[in-house]
Amino acid sequence: MAQATPRSTVEAAVRPIRKRPKPLPWPLSLYQTYVGKKWVMAITGVIGLLFVAGHMFGNIKMYMGEQEFLHYAEGLRTVAYPIVPEKFLLWVARLGLLGALVLHLHAAFSIWNHNRKVRPVGYQSRRDYIAADWASRTMLWTGPIILLFIAFHLADLTWGVEAVNPDFQSGEVYQNVVASFSRWPVATIYIVANVALGIHIYHGAWSLFQSLGVNNPQINQGRRIFAALFALAIVAGNVSFPLAVLLGIVE
Amino acid sequence: MVTLDARIPEGPIEEKWEKARFDLRLVNPANKRRFTVIVVGTGLAGASAAATLAELGYNVKAFTFHDSPRRAHSIAAQGGINAAKNYQNDGDSPHRLFYDTIKGGDFRSREANVYRLAQISVNIIDQCVAQGVPFAREYSGLLENRSFGGVQVSRTFYARGQTGQQLLLGAYSALMRQVGLGAVQLHPRTEMLDLVVEDGRAVGIITRDLLTGAIEAHAGHAVILATGGYGNVYYLSTNAKKSNATAAWRAHKRGALFANPCYTQIHPTCIPAGDEFQSKLTLMSESLRNDGRIWVPKDQNDTRPPHQIPEQDRDYYLERRYPAFGNLVPRDVASRAAKREVDEGRGVGPKKNGVYLDFSDAIARLGRDVIEERYGNLFEMYERITGDDPYQMPMRIYPATHYTMGGLWVDYNLQSNIPGLFVGGEANFSDHGANRLGASALMQGLADGYFVLPYTVGDYLAGQLGKPLPSTSDAPFQDALKSVQDQTKQFLAIGGTRSPDDFHRELGKIVWDKIGMERNAAGLEQAITDIRSLRDDYYKDLRVLGNGDTLNDSLEKAFRVADFFELAELMARDALHREESCGGHFRAEHQTADGEAKRDDENFSYVGAWEWNGPDTPQTLHKEELTFENVHLATRSYA
Amino acid sequence: MKFTLKVWRQDGPEAKGRFETYEANNISDEMSFLEVLDVVNEDLIHAGQVPIHFDHDCREGICGSCGMMINGQAHGPQRGTATCQLHMRKFQDGATIVVEPWRAASFPIVRDLVVNRSAFDRIIEAGGFVSVNTGSAVEANTLPVPKQVADAAMDAAQCIGCGACVAACPNGAAQLFTSAKLQHLNLLPQGQAERWERTENMVETMEEYFGTCTNHGECETACPKNISIDFIAYMNRDYIKAKSLNRKLAGQGLE
Repeated sequence: MAQATPRSTVEAAVRPIRKRPKPLPWPLSLYQTYVGKKWVMAITGVIGLLFVAGHMFGNIKMYMGEQEFLHYAEGLRTVAYPIVPEKFLLWVARLGLLGALVLHLHAAFSIWNHNRKVRPVGYQSRRDYIAADWASRTMLWTGPIILLFIAFHLADLTWGVEAVNPDFQSGEVYQNVVASFSRWPVATIYIVANVALGIHIYHGAWSLFQSLGVNNPQINQGRRIFAALFALAIVAGNVSFPLAVLLGIVE
Repeated sequence: MVTLDARIPEGPIEEKWEKARFDLRLVNPANKRRFTVIVVGTGLAGASAAATLAELGYNVKAFTFHDSPRRAHSIAAQGGINAAKNYQNDGDSPHRLFYDTIKGGDFRSREANVYRLAQISVNIIDQCVAQGVPFAREYSGLLENRSFGGVQVSRTFYARGQTGQQLLLGAYSALMRQVGLGAVQLHPRTEMLDLVVEDGRAVGIITRDLLTGAIEAHAGHAVILATGGYGNVYYLSTNAKKSNATAAWRAHKRGALFANPCYTQIHPTCIPAGDEFQSKLTLMSESLRNDGRIWVPKDQNDTRPPHQIPEQDRDYYLERRYPAFGNLVPRDVASRAAKREVDEGRGVGPKKNGVYLDFSDAIARLGRDVIEERYGNLFEMYERITGDDPYQMPMRIYPATHYTMGGLWVDYNLQSNIPGLFVGGEANFSDHGANRLGASALMQGLADGYFVLPYTVGDYLAGQLGKPLPSTSDAPFQDALKSVQDQTKQFLAIGGTRSPDDFHRELGKIVWDKIGMERNAAGLEQAITDIRSLRDDYYKDLRVLGNGDTLNDSLEKAFRVADFFELAELMARDALHREESCGGHFRAEHQTADGEAKRDDENFSYVGAWEWNGPDTPQTLHKEELTFENVHLATRSYA
Repeated sequence: MKFTLKVWRQDGPEAKGRFETYEANNISDEMSFLEVLDVVNEDLIHAGQVPIHFDHDCREGICGSCGMMINGQAHGPQRGTATCQLHMRKFQDGATIVVEPWRAASFPIVRDLVVNRSAFDRIIEAGGFVSVNTGSAVEANTLPVPKQVADAAMDAAQCIGCGACVAACPNGAAQLFTSAKLQHLNLLPQGQAERWERTENMVETMEEYFGTCTNHGECETACPKNISIDFIAYMNRDYIKAKSLNRKLAGQGLE
């Protein structure tokens, strides 16, 4: 016997805020729900973390002098050459990162858009948060800051957009970095953005374990520590570069 | 003319239920969907009955005044559920569980019902485990048991201190599954306010939608009441605040007999009242008596803190008086013993209204970890309420009203004297006699709901085949509807000065003082007078603010308290007529020299079932004689 | 003790609400928070005003009826405690206490502090059960459950469905409730047959009504039963598996 829905006044008073989606073929089906989207955010977050870490470790070569740094940059372009054409894997990585970024952003936007509907009337008195820390509650601020920074950073040191970095010379990666960081407003942007990145990572690098379902009492203690150390390492490394240029350690 | 026919099957007691199941008529699957069964209450008995009937194929309408079936007060049961599994190989068997229950009930229950309960108990555990109830386990992965008051075997299954919660969530999940399948129509926040009887049969109920105030009629081929007990007549009890007797009482006023109302159980281990605004009493599971030792200082003027009182100045009065059972004597015995100590001035705590329940020996013997594992959540709850840490300080406990063995009279098939009206769980009177053993309420609720009602309701419905669902526009529905509407208007129009709670508190005090743990004739007569005069005031001085077409807490209470007045009077009348002491009913006039209950099997070995005669005429008593063929009537002794 | 209470009053689901201020005098520190509301209500009735409506029932922290935001925290300042078990000794004498109902689109206000939590029932209805008809169960001890598993299932099963997790969550997400109900059954051997079906149905029903988790962890601190967000992680893992694995092989544990 099928029942008329809703079935009682109590049930009638609560309307769904979203319709349950018709399942698409795998793996798109994963992305139809917010639990799936969070999983995608976590996976793309891991990609981002790997990139950020690699980027930072690579850039440490800066401290070994111009030659070493140019050599490293050249090396990136010729990974697996001559099996694959020059820059091939670099472009694969770039497209992969771009894809991850787009997914990460879309998932974030979509979650934000869903969550803002679930409490149309907010609390009228002051909330007192216990566990939700500053990092977790500012993900939606640190995220856009990082996005803007990525655009700026690409314009500054990859594309060499005239308005951003007038001294840019294609191929002269070391000199471009030094030229850019020597200007204190640019250095400040780098420092502020990397602090935001650190805050984002502090929550994200912990949160991804939960979203992926990596939870084992034997490692749970370590998840927070990992996130904190990761964030600290990234901030310390990345902030050191503009500081080193400003202080004349790298020139 | 009311006749009481318990319809107990013939044959040896072990085979009665087997025989009954064969004799009960069946409804074929295609016909089941033609029947609608109304289930009122979604606690253990109600939810399990509704789910099972729906699984069988009947249309079920389930009603609860809570916002979700999961909140029924069965959820608060802590200690466990009995079953004669004999997993511990300690000599348990259905027969022993049967015997313990009859004896614990002080030989005032029906043998056949109790035997069936003991037989079914084993199936309940199987069913609950299959549903995913996380019972406590041994390291082997097998089920663990503990012992409980009034018995010498370990047959109690438990899920930490939240057994009732887990069992209810199991029944609730089964119910919600049927709701999802469309077999059960669930009506939350809907309170039953009257029973509809047409041509002598129960055919429907009148309800109030608590959100909109709409008074509505619902028709069914049969009505099951699983609406719990009436312990809240005492105002202060361990029952939930909203637990009430209205559904059962309205059925009584429509002709259902109310049996043994004076059998109320006082639970020995509750937290003593702290102040006059106390809204309810909190139970500490009886299982605590497994490891805790109960004592009071020998000297009534002893004001030392408990840990400074040396062993020789303590009186472990239960161990002293009942060496065989010690701290595990049945609830009524333990309660009266505590009352005696407190009455004689040896009470402990700031108000001298409790006795100590001490875990220091158990902690020394088993270690704090074991105690924490067994009772951690209870200790936490105690600390939250009193501010004392029971790992350091003995708990203070005192008896409080907890359960009511009396209820609507039912036959072996759990059908009341109104055909089509079935009653399950605490709302009926059937299995516990004059006193219920610990961990047996959950067992009875689930036995009724899962394994008895689905068969017996089917038998009744088989006789109704071909009869259409009664129309709610029939006169009996419309009359009942009107009487509820009129009563709503009446409460809103009184415009007096006192809230329903205020009256309830005063009523509760009368009932506790005069119809509580110890009763006497003069007190009971006084109680009747006091209750009547307070009831008259109620209809003159009640204040219910707001209106009838929204959520209105005071209006809900007004209905419930009105019924408690009439019920309290019947309790007094029943207690007054029962000139003996048995189980939870202790008449001061009938006790042995050393203060134990003195039963009178010669004259009172019957169920007292009362018939309603109108608000101002005392009820008529009907007797169902109890015969004991399988147990030897003995004086209960736990010494 | 005495307190000033600022309580949210709202006459009905559509009515406009407002804070009203009440004085509660002669309060003992033994009293529970709900008993203070009882006292205020008695005063209100005496003064001819409609009393404050709030959900409550067992008053021993197990039925899950009660729940309100007290000074911006779900169930008030004491951890692992439902409102009915919150005692006044936890407050400073003379303090002002602000009381507000749970707020979420799927918890519409019924009246004053009473909200409608029936969306939780929809989640259970979608899969929060083991489909075992009465009578078809096997002998209980034929199915050993490792003690650690039974304990973990019990940790999850303790949920009282009060809604504090949703109320406390900055996103109005019901992940803690859903994961507790889900993992209680998914952890146990009895729950394996329907594990993936259940996971999918409960999670997707949850998302019809509630926000989604961004791992703030606020729910865990609000939970009166201290249910851990570990269960949310287990639910996430089960959900991805439910969506991805070959269920034909699930019976062999080869999924």
